[in-house]
Amino acid sequence: MEYFLELLLSGLIRGSIYALIALGYTMVYGIIELINFAHGEIYMISAFIALIFASVLNAYGLNSLATFAIASSLAIVYAAAYGFTLEKLAYKPLRNAPRLSPLISAIGLSIVLQNYVMLAQTSSFVPFPNLIPDFAFLNSISHILFPSEFLILVITTIVMIILTIVIKYTKIGKAMRAVAQDRMMAMLLGININYIISVTFIIGSCLAAIGGVLIASHIGQINFFIGFIAGIKAFTAAVLGGIGNIPGAVLGSIILGCTESFATGYVSSDYEDVFAFAILVLLLIFRPEGILGKKRDQKV
Amino acid sequence: MFSFKEIKKSFLISLWFMFLTFPLMVIKINPETHSILWEWKNMLWVGIGTFCISLLVRFYQARNKKKSLSKKLFFADRKIPTSVIVAFLFFSIIFPFLFSNYHVNIMTTALMYIVLGLGLNIIVGLAGLLNLGYAAFYAIGAYSYALLNYHFGIGFWLAIPIAALLSALAGILLGFPVLRLRGDYLAIVTLCFGTIIRLILENWDELTFGPSGISQIPRPTFFGIEFSPHNVTTYIYFIALGFVFFTIFMVNRLKHSKIGREWQALREDEIACEAMGVDKTKTKLSAFALGATWAGMMGVLFAAKTTFINPASFTFIESVIMLSIVVLGGMGSISGIIIAALILILLPEYLRELGNYRMIVFGLSMVVIIIFKPHGLIGNVKKNYKTDYDVSQ
Repeated sequence: MEYFLELLLSGLIRGSIYALIALGYTMVYGIIELINFAHGEIYMISAFIALIFASVLNAYGLNSLATFAIASSLAIVYAAAYGFTLEKLAYKPLRNAPRLSPLISAIGLSIVLQNYVMLAQTSSFVPFPNLIPDFAFLNSISHILFPSEFLILVITTIVMIILTIVIKYTKIGKAMRAVAQDRMMAMLLGININYIISVTFIIGSCLAAIGGVLIASHIGQINFFIGFIAGIKAFTAAVLGGIGNIPGAVLGSIILGCTESFATGYVSSDYEDVFAFAILVLLLIFRPEGILGKKRDQKV
Repeated sequence: MFSFKEIKKSFLISLWFMFLTFPLMVIKINPETHSILWEWKNMLWVGIGTFCISLLVRFYQARNKKKSLSKKLFFADRKIPTSVIVAFLFFSIIFPFLFSNYHVNIMTTALMYIVLGLGLNIIVGLAGLLNLGYAAFYAIGAYSYALLNYHFGIGFWLAIPIAALLSALAGILLGFPVLRLRGDYLAIVTLCFGTIIRLILENWDELTFGPSGISQIPRPTFFGIEFSPHNVTTYIYFIALGFVFFTIFMVNRLKHSKIGREWQALREDEIACEAMGVDKTKTKLSAFALGATWAGMMGVLFAAKTTFINPASFTFIESVIMLSIVVLGGMGSISGIIIAALILILLPEYLRELGNYRMIVFGLSMVVIIIFKPHGLIGNVKKNYKTDYDVSQ
């Protein structure tokens, strides 16, 4: 039973990280129908930036909690800046191009960003400093829940709640939903499309940055290639839940995380991805729009 | 030439990029010694570089505005003059006698990717089914030759039809569950299919020999005659060239056949297609099967060329490069795909002198090409029928 709980917990933690990245995918997809392949790289870059600032601050002798807070906020700011720039540079000129063209520029960007980090920093794994302090109240269950894991669960939950509030109740969230529904009509009603798309990219990148910093301090090492795999997994999760659907992305991520964790625990870690993908394929056969995706009637 | 305002804007852009690249380019961490290296020089280079590029882009845009619209369609898919085709044919035939084995080898790879691009073009370009797992069919072809040869001693020429058949079957197998899926859902399922196939190859040690792969795969023979290692490169080049011609011929015929028109109709509008009596299931499955066939045959050629295969040759990146060839070339356009395959395969090879910078240049050129040519290098122009009189009258 304890083993089961342990696996469930590790599945939930994986799922939360996937969810933070998958939200960026799903929001961007909902608005401009683009699979943003470079999104995983934002996650990787933010982890690197957090590492760099943390090392610098550490060298100046700041205590670990303050270092963690400053380094991660800087990482989030930079991730937002990168997301904003990428959209302006590579996706905006292609807004009226055929549907697959932005996909190619996204793939190109992903290659560029990976190699940029590899050249500017290093190609090997870099240890990420352990900055998360031990929480005293966790001591009794510390054998199954590490402080970093606790932090991941708490922060993810808070972020999800904030995001839901922003999307549901604020003016900008309303505008985002309007653009997702019908871009042309939103434009006619006086919504600044370019501004909304930029905001979406910025929010998505911030979420990815939070995920990047959290997982990097949990696992303890990063390299330039982590974004690619995480990106693909998160994209899978977003599709599983129904792409373009925000609660769906969270649900899909948690299902994916738990499947992987149970497959690793009970079968073999070699086939972890096979199980994850097989579940997705099976699910899509029976529900072609994903778990929470709405069935859209085709217009003639 | 440039107004003050434009220079100021470029300057601001370069400042923004200096800010963006500041942590990654300037601060270098040494993880072992925890020492920090400040490289302010890099920031200066980024600033100057982005300033110049931004000015260049402005210059290009200003010049483009003046150009008349008619010139923009310069690269449309028009009839290529016969003399150009003949020159290309001639060049491709004498190529192995002019250059060293190294160049012939690279060119063979490029030719194989032309065939792969044309095969994927059936699925993506003609039938409009986004496929991100094409490398799986390539892997199935390569492994069927390697394993059939290992266990039963089947030769290269017999393996080609068998591998083609097996890949086509795999295509149908993938096609069935995804019949109802559209667009990006299809993309992710094909991606999963590709990954699952690779993982099976990696982990099913008893059958596939796992990650260490299969070595000593025999090279192709000519009616039982084996070539010397020097000549066999030229021989494989000509086999690949033969495949290119065969594929161009077949794809061209398929495109204008009944089934080809059904694919294109399905791509444009599924409902209208069904209303006109096109069998959706049959059409989609045939696109998957026929597209996969080429990948299977190329897989055999790949295994025979390198004489060693392992699962690492068939990763997701491979599928991505194949898809990029189709999209960059201009979906559905044969000459476009040939040019795109040559660019995407030869560019990284000949950029080796740039060392580590080559992949950055490669990725950047993908972005730049698609931004300046959003419809692909040679946009596919739909066939239209002209009448002598004006219909609107």
